[in-house]
Amino acid sequence: MSFINYTNREITCKIVYYGPGLCGKTTNVQWIHAQTAQEARGKLISLATETERTLFFDFFPLALGQIRGFKTRFHLYTVPGQVFYDASRKLILKNLDGVVFVADSQDERMDANVESVENLLTNLQDQGDELSKVPYVMQYNKRDLPNAAPVDEMRRLLNPLGAPEFEAVAPTGVGVFETLKQVAKLVLADLRKNT
Amino acid sequence: MSSQFVMYDEEFQRINRVCERLTREANAKVVFLGDKNGQLIACTGQTENLDTTSLASLMAGQIAAAGGIAKLINEKEFNQIFHEGERDNVHISIVASRVILVVIFDSRSSLGLVRLRVKKASEELARVFETMMRKTETGAALFAEITDDDIDNMFSE
Repeated sequence: MSFINYTNREITCKIVYYGPGLCGKTTNVQWIHAQTAQEARGKLISLATETERTLFFDFFPLALGQIRGFKTRFHLYTVPGQVFYDASRKLILKNLDGVVFVADSQDERMDANVESVENLLTNLQDQGDELSKVPYVMQYNKRDLPNAAPVDEMRRLLNPLGAPEFEAVAPTGVGVFETLKQVAKLVLADLRKNT
Repeated sequence: MSSQFVMYDEEFQRINRVCERLTREANAKVVFLGDKNGQLIACTGQTENLDTTSLASLMAGQIAAAGGIAKLINEKEFNQIFHEGERDNVHISIVASRVILVVIFDSRSSLGLVRLRVKKASEELARVFETMMRKTETGAALFAEITDDDIDNMFSE
């Protein structure tokens, strides 16, 4: 749910990075944070376990520029990917404005990807949302690994809705900003549609 | 999903006045108001070195987690949460079912005083948010005028 503040002329929207454990959600957000000018970003908060697995969420606010005299700010969140953190995932999904699904391209992670997409669908349905109506972008991450599955196959399994898709290598930033820009555009277009 | 929360200057000023008075009357260091999605609404008191954006997001996370716990034990919601520290304490409460009111205080105040003042402030804030929600529903069509070019221009640099 976007927050429009006429006092400081700001719009704030919430984007959630979703996907199975170790697919690179946090790496996406860390790359964006590291590559963004200091004045355009807030602190990156990671509620993680001692082994740096996301326990609750990662979060940081990002300023993207002005639109019709309003500053746009995006709050980027990641969810914990491991299956047993579903209660936390549900909390973070509440009132979102856009979703990025980060899929792990490795062959052996395809089941985990499918399970995570299904989990996203279920959790959105539980809160009365439909994935087809939410600004949504698919990212095929870890394209540099030798065991990466063909994109065609991933598309067939994970992206039946035909959401905009990007190939990525998050630790080196390949595809990371392209993904973010696309979801931000969709969120703003959605904002227009709903006013 | 796509509902919005719109704040106009008039309500912002009213909210700020309530928060400033609460800071004074409760002898608080900081009074902070955010919504359940982690958006900062207002912050008064000693806020110079406070990362209010992070605070808003973490408070929302905390209220969400507490709500999750409440559900598991068949409780509706925890209306108040209290953290006691060595120096500073944090009192968190929910106003009008959707806004999080946070009071940070030290030994110059007490939990009893804070709770008393929060109760009064919450009633006033609830009235302001009622007005805000009404205005949000009637809605400003501001963004209906955004064009594809406006959106593309944001990303062209």
